[in-house]
Amino acid sequence: MSAVDLHAGAPGVDRTAPLARANPVAKLLAATVLSLGLLLTVDVVTAGTALLLELACLPFAGLSLSALLRRGWIVLLAAIPAGVATAFLGVDSGAVLLAAGPLSVTEGSLESGAAITLRVLAVGLPGVVLLATTDPTELADSLAQVARLPHRFVLAALAGTRLMGVLAEEWQQLSLARRARGLGADGPLGRVRTATGQVFALLVLALRRAATLATAMEARGFGVSTERTWARPSRFRVRDGLVVLGGVALTAAATAAGVLAGTWQLTLAR
Amino acid sequence: MPRITARGWGWRHPGRLAWAVRGLDLEIEHGERVLLLAPSGAGKSTLLSGIAGLLDPEDGDQEGELLLDGVPAHRARVRAAGEGTGHAVTGLLLQDPQAQTVLARCGDDVAFGLENHAVPRAEIWPRVDAALADVGLDVARDRPTARLSGGQRQRLALAGVLALRPGVLLLDEPTAMLDPAGAAALRRVVADRLEATGATCVLVEHRVAQWLDVVDRVVVLEPGGGVAVDGPARQVLADHRAPLTAMGVWVPGGTPTPPSRHRPAGQQVLTTEDLAVGRRGLTAPVLSGVDLRLDAGRAAALLGPNGSGKSTLALALGGLAKPDAGRVVAGTTLADGLRPEPHRWRPPELVRRIGSVFQDPRHQFVASTVADELAVGPRRTGASATETAVRLEELMERLRLTHLARANPFTLSGGEQRRLSVATALATRPHLLVLDEPTFGQDARTWAELVALLRGLLDDGTALVAATHDEDFVAALADEVWQVGAGRVVPEPAAVVVGR
Repeated sequence: MSAVDLHAGAPGVDRTAPLARANPVAKLLAATVLSLGLLLTVDVVTAGTALLLELACLPFAGLSLSALLRRGWIVLLAAIPAGVATAFLGVDSGAVLLAAGPLSVTEGSLESGAAITLRVLAVGLPGVVLLATTDPTELADSLAQVARLPHRFVLAALAGTRLMGVLAEEWQQLSLARRARGLGADGPLGRVRTATGQVFALLVLALRRAATLATAMEARGFGVSTERTWARPSRFRVRDGLVVLGGVALTAAATAAGVLAGTWQLTLAR
Repeated sequence: MPRITARGWGWRHPGRLAWAVRGLDLEIEHGERVLLLAPSGAGKSTLLSGIAGLLDPEDGDQEGELLLDGVPAHRARVRAAGEGTGHAVTGLLLQDPQAQTVLARCGDDVAFGLENHAVPRAEIWPRVDAALADVGLDVARDRPTARLSGGQRQRLALAGVLALRPGVLLLDEPTAMLDPAGAAALRRVVADRLEATGATCVLVEHRVAQWLDVVDRVVVLEPGGGVAVDGPARQVLADHRAPLTAMGVWVPGGTPTPPSRHRPAGQQVLTTEDLAVGRRGLTAPVLSGVDLRLDAGRAAALLGPNGSGKSTLALALGGLAKPDAGRVVAGTTLADGLRPEPHRWRPPELVRRIGSVFQDPRHQFVASTVADELAVGPRRTGASATETAVRLEELMERLRLTHLARANPFTLSGGEQRRLSVATALATRPHLLVLDEPTFGQDARTWAELVALLRGLLDDGTALVAATHDEDFVAALADEVWQVGAGRVVPEPAAVVVGR
């Protein structure tokens, strides 16, 4: 029973949905194009359009709302405070809406704040969908067979993701064991010391595990030959190309909306 | 089926002064099944790695030669994987089921080796299915490996090895971490597969009795190098019972079972009232309606299959986890002025009253030397420096740790780590000791020392709870058995359970 199970059949995810079953590399490309397009500018219209279009595509991702929130809350957690902070602390321009000492909200800073929040959401949403609908094994298969990344690297990383779940369990054991040894109840300094030791112990245990796993993998022929077959074929089909095109089209539409509204402005130029 | 030949073979790991194996001359014929015995540290695992071709002469120092049908073992492995014959020369099964699983789904995990050996895709899946069937693992290909029990995982690892049709099967204490049912199933499968394939087998194992029907030859390694004894299995064990027992081998009839003891019921140490305990992340409790009582100077064994909730209950009894419902109540002597529920005590208060010993000793090490490790508890409870030093000396003496006082706990052998973890729990002289699988993976010598030590503590009035699979341990120590299963705990007198 693992505490963090990265591979279990995820609840609330429909694996047969068009976006969910697309080749992982196609999803990765589409999400990357979108992120790059959105990182060029900070404006309400571009980010807002992208977010609206993404939400319109969401039914094809096969994610239930609860599954989306369960995985995406961290994005919300990042987006809202970032926007609020910008609204209060950002460069002021236009009419003052609210002022309290050094803090002020103006029309200009409010707009920047909204743009920041929308941008974080619009960049984060495809990432959440990618992670939620992509099985790590399929991603590795696709990275090695479609993107042609070196298979030793990809498979070692994949085996590593499985160890992450094991380490979460180890961490819990280490915490309990520290209480059993009488540690961890005296002030912040004592806590920091206990936690430092615990991190070190976790590292030692992780290295031992990794060494054993490497031995087991080598004993089954891993890492010897550059020739390798794949039990699970990963193909880049026409529909996967469409997913990438969709990502490009969505980015173009959002950018066009921003340019037409006159709000699009290259961030790097500022 | 290759012949294994060692001629004056030696191996020194990179960065080490001492040779792990040296001066080994050994010949193993096609289809032989050899049990390899040696005191710990004599290089059994190194020899298995060598035969498996995992020791690259470019990495460490090698002497003499280690050949498989005349080909150096390392080259034989590399050639088998590179030539695309779809066969491995050797297959290696390690001790820890958790650490050998490579992929997230059962079928993928078995297919991993076949892919590495460039077996065409059309052949992979039939061979995966056949290997899963061969080890008696009736699971779907896409079953998550995380959902398997330890015993199932070990059979899955074996399937991954067997799918490559190795001529030599190398087993490194393959059942040491399994419960009795899981261990028996694995032994049956190994015996069956060796019968069916005629493969050569080299086994490292210190619980030898159960394997006697599988192996036909015993080789005992000399700690300094070379072979000490070599001969037919039953004869070697019968002729060398005393020296083998001394090196930690469980020779049948070699470890005397101590006489049963009848201790008068002492003062009540711990009771539970309608206790329910659960695991983190689960809403429903694993065990509920638990009513137990433990008295001073008595030992209770928590028995039950893997995953039944023994460890979870042990955590609650040891004051480490909060019960889902009901209470754990410490007796007045144990509570010593504190409120009765152990999970409410602060860590320094807890460590003076209850000692917990975890299944993996490494989880509970917090210091950089053995001596410091033992001093942690006494210091936390406010013992004076002289008092701490006296206790430390005494414990190290008693548990043969004195020569290791300055060593880092993580660098000790498995037996030494276990002795140290028990010693740390005793350093604060708790009234109750809670142990989780204290004898897991231990050799006969450490086992006997542990039992003697715990018997001494019981005589002094310490109460003891141990979650265990070890029937010998129960027979040697337990006064009562708490049978865990189907969400309940049923107390029974130990004599009744052991007699069954």
